[in-house]
Amino acid sequence: MTIPISYYLILSGVVFLTGVVGVLIRRNIIAILLSVELMLNATNINFVAFSDYFRDLGGQVFVFFALTVAAAEVAVGLAIIIALHRSRSTINIEEFNLLKW
Amino acid sequence: MSLFFFGYFAAMIVATSILVVALRNPVYSALSLLVMFFHVAGLFVTLHAEFLAAVQIIVYAGAILVLYLFVVMILNVKQDDRYHSQWRIAGFVCVPLLIETMILLAGGTGARTTGTQTGLAPAAETIAPDNTLAIGQTLFSTYLFPFEVASLVLLVAMIGAIVLAKREIGEQDNPGPLVQTKVAE
Repeated sequence: MTIPISYYLILSGVVFLTGVVGVLIRRNIIAILLSVELMLNATNINFVAFSDYFRDLGGQVFVFFALTVAAAEVAVGLAIIIALHRSRSTINIEEFNLLKW
Repeated sequence: MSLFFFGYFAAMIVATSILVVALRNPVYSALSLLVMFFHVAGLFVTLHAEFLAAVQIIVYAGAILVLYLFVVMILNVKQDDRYHSQWRIAGFVCVPLLIETMILLAGGTGARTTGTQTGLAPAAETIAPDNTLAIGQTLFSTYLFPFEVASLVLLVAMIGAIVLAKREIGEQDNPGPLVQTKVAE
């Protein structure tokens, strides 16, 4: 028997919402970046599920590109975190209020 | 049988992703994210995407997560990490999103009986048995230009990371807090 596509959509939606909650409620910048990874993985699950459903490889190729963007985001984001930690010696998000109104 | 596998992978993915958000220590969060990546790879195998499952393990679990753990251990964060003080605002954003998702799902199950004939029907032909070969042919024919752009994105990210994280030239005589914590231990 085959799994209906809606199950994958529910799973992906739950994981994406978990990532959104993590971005909004955590104060540690590294935990926020980990939550962004959760959201990217939720979209990847969606892409692969639809790729299998429509028998079209375009979805898997786009997961490939999403992975590229995730790697670039992690490299630049962690470099920014290291630079911030060097200037402020903290990674608590509430200490960085220079650009806040 | 496939339903059993899907249930196992889905339950583990949801549980570990909630643990990523809920755990205080960033190292534990990263390790539960590692478990989640492995189960997402297993889910990809059940979806006939074997190449992506291998790439998921190699790139995400092998490269990205090691980078995270490296930075967590360099920064040596020990202070208590409570939740953000704006968590009420976060609740105001997330609860309507959750309700909206429920409404969409409830509406989707009702409309699925009529929507299957209109254009959401799965295609009839099967995926080629060699997944890697098919992805390679698609990537280098249809998606050749996005592939080149992705390589450019990686190059820009590499240069940007080096420029952002390196010290200035005359900064050696003034060690940052990074070096000081290492010396203090």
